[in-house]
Amino acid sequence: MLRSLRYLLRRVAQAVPIVLGIAIFNFMLVHMAPGDAVDVLAGEAGGANPEYVEQLREQFGLDQPLPVQLGKYLVNVATLDLGFSFRHNMPVVDIILQRLPATLVLMVCAIALAFSLGVFLGVTAARNVNRVLDRVISVGALLAYATPIFWIGLMLILLFSVRLGWLPSSGMETIGADYTGWARVVDLARHLLLPSVTLALFYMALYTRLMRASMLEVYGLDYITVARAKGVPERRVAYRHVLRNALLPMVTMLGLQVGSLLGGSVLVETVFGWPGLGRLAFEAVFQRDFNLLLGILLLCSVLVVLVNILVDLLYARLDPRIEVA
Amino acid sequence: MIVQPEPPILVSAFNSAAPIGVVSTKILEGLVRYDLDMNPQPALAESWDLSRDGKNLTFKLRKGVKWHDGRDFTSADVQFSLTKVWRELHPRGRSTFAKVTRVDTPDRHTAVIRMSEPSPALMSALSSYEAQVLPKHLYDGKDIQTNPLNNAPVGTGPFVFGEWQKGNYIILEKNPNYWAKGKPHLDRIVLRVIPDASARAAALETGEVQLAGFSPVPLNDVQRLTRSGNLTAETRGYEYFAPIFLMEFNLRNQYLKDRRVRQAIAHAINRDLLVRNVWFGFGQPATGPVPSVLKRFYTDKVPQYPYDPKKAEQLLDDAGLKKKGRWRFRITHDFLPYGSDYQRTAEFVRQQLARVGIDVQIRSQDTASFLRRVYTEYDFDMTNNFFYALPDPTLGVQRIYWSENIKQGVPFSNASGYSNPEMDRVIAQIQVEHNEAKRRDLVHRLQYLAQDDLPVLDLFEIQFFTIASKRVVNHTTTADGMYASFADIWLRD
Repeated sequence: MLRSLRYLLRRVAQAVPIVLGIAIFNFMLVHMAPGDAVDVLAGEAGGANPEYVEQLREQFGLDQPLPVQLGKYLVNVATLDLGFSFRHNMPVVDIILQRLPATLVLMVCAIALAFSLGVFLGVTAARNVNRVLDRVISVGALLAYATPIFWIGLMLILLFSVRLGWLPSSGMETIGADYTGWARVVDLARHLLLPSVTLALFYMALYTRLMRASMLEVYGLDYITVARAKGVPERRVAYRHVLRNALLPMVTMLGLQVGSLLGGSVLVETVFGWPGLGRLAFEAVFQRDFNLLLGILLLCSVLVVLVNILVDLLYARLDPRIEVA
Repeated sequence: MIVQPEPPILVSAFNSAAPIGVVSTKILEGLVRYDLDMNPQPALAESWDLSRDGKNLTFKLRKGVKWHDGRDFTSADVQFSLTKVWRELHPRGRSTFAKVTRVDTPDRHTAVIRMSEPSPALMSALSSYEAQVLPKHLYDGKDIQTNPLNNAPVGTGPFVFGEWQKGNYIILEKNPNYWAKGKPHLDRIVLRVIPDASARAAALETGEVQLAGFSPVPLNDVQRLTRSGNLTAETRGYEYFAPIFLMEFNLRNQYLKDRRVRQAIAHAINRDLLVRNVWFGFGQPATGPVPSVLKRFYTDKVPQYPYDPKKAEQLLDDAGLKKKGRWRFRITHDFLPYGSDYQRTAEFVRQQLARVGIDVQIRSQDTASFLRRVYTEYDFDMTNNFFYALPDPTLGVQRIYWSENIKQGVPFSNASGYSNPEMDRVIAQIQVEHNEAKRRDLVHRLQYLAQDDLPVLDLFEIQFFTIASKRVVNHTTTADGMYASFADIWLRD
């Protein structure tokens, strides 16, 4: 236990320079894009005059040389101050905290759904390898993998909201209904269903294929033959002996994908009008809201680093041969 | 109803971005509003009077109007808003109110705007979107642009700010103490943010949303949506903006600096086909820089360039740009990235110009890059873009043609680099001429010069539209439809 804790502390200490490096890299990257927030604001306003433009640049600190801006930014980050979004007229931290819960709910649901369904389908396919069921699952997974997320989203809306009228087409809750307690949870779940299924489908396909391959690999190992020779029932072999060992690559994948899930959530959040971070980041790019964008990117990098530490710890739990050191 | 994209703040007094106006105009008000024929009607001002020399404009303000926090609305608020907000901070205000020397407040309900020279355009710029009155007692002495109230405004309007869940919705509640007795009819307005156009169409179709303005759904969905019987498409309520779709030519380009080449391009593009096919009929070909909805100023008695590829080729030959093989020369074409309609327009232009031997290279980029490229770096040959002509040439049209408005770094300024002393003179006279007939003649002259020199090719007048449920009554009562106060809207059962 103590060793785990020491390991954890060391990993966190190592993460600090990584995050700092990412922050600098992000800063350079976003400032490479042509145009700035003032161009966008003046453009949206449908014109402006030079004094107005100049005054905004000064107010936003965009008139300073880039190294000075970078220095200021790093000092801010070091003191955990993410700066001010002039576009939203709010501190970046406040905006992110407002939007974070929506994204977390969506992500956790989508991952849980994708992971559990993926494992289940992968195991089923592997147990029926080269039979009809395996083929059906594989083709289904391929389809889900190849279909663009936003298209699936729109089709689900058309079917379940417009045609059947069962589920709301967008948003996170029924506005103005002021539900409390259970009614609110149910309402949220109804809004959550379509976006999380849409987001989950793609990842589910990945997990299904990975799980299937991983299972088949383990099936070929000697100890499985031994287990079967001992007369262990096939079901028990699959879930107890094969699954646990086949899960390792899945966990690796999961850790890697937390970051990319946020990318996928941009599309889902846009199609379903979900008030999350992915969309916020996406809009911040087009609005050249650098402070906000950098804040979100920083948060994501921290998130990914943390999840990966967690995954490393999880390895040790899943496979006693791996030790944290 | 839908507001899209999400507004950055909720006060229009110093930020004229379109989505802000949709929300803000329900909470805060202006001195006047404009009916569908663009005549000013009383709002916070009950009456007004312009002195004979055109230099003193007196407003009698409505009595008994209260801010949402209970304080009285007075002439001091008007004085503060004009001198400290509109003229200092509004992107257009600095030029609109340039001639204003001071605002006098002889009593609590009278405000007199004093000008060094007549400003006939001013009376067209006093709506709650263009010149919004802010509460002096909450803004004076503080930094106006970062005041937290900009996200939760206190106004005099029929609706009170309720709640703003960023990225999700904004709720406005009925103002029970509104000065117009018995109004507003609605108890609450919910404005939702739905970023995807197809999802907006779905939300309208399912009835989750009953009203959405500024062409909210893809053009090819309109027919399907209105055929269902529950929804209507309303094209009135955009007269105030008078949007016009145009191509800016960069006169610094070696080919485009020749007027014959610009005229040839005008002759080579079939604008009827463009409007009918690419824009599904939501527009009509333009005859010049002033759209036909500006009845006071419009004329079509100016040089026209009907579709005539032969004539285009002739003009290009005359300009010494003979065909070498298939092509005469190559130019780039940047389109405003506001959606697929703009991209398709660029593709249409490329096809049309290919027929007369001009090789058009389309470049695409996001909005910030487009604005930077065109208005700061002047690194373009030809754009496709749209401008609001606005109700008065001094507010809208002049910025494209005035050589004083060749201002590097300012979006939607004179980017083509056009400079014609006669045009400058006409524009300067239009700004101060307060004899209506003389002013009209000047604007006609402006249109003639613009069409003759053709630094910018006005392709067509865009027709924006509103999609509304048939239950919603009175959603379009002013020339700036979506920027009306919505005090008159009600829902039919």
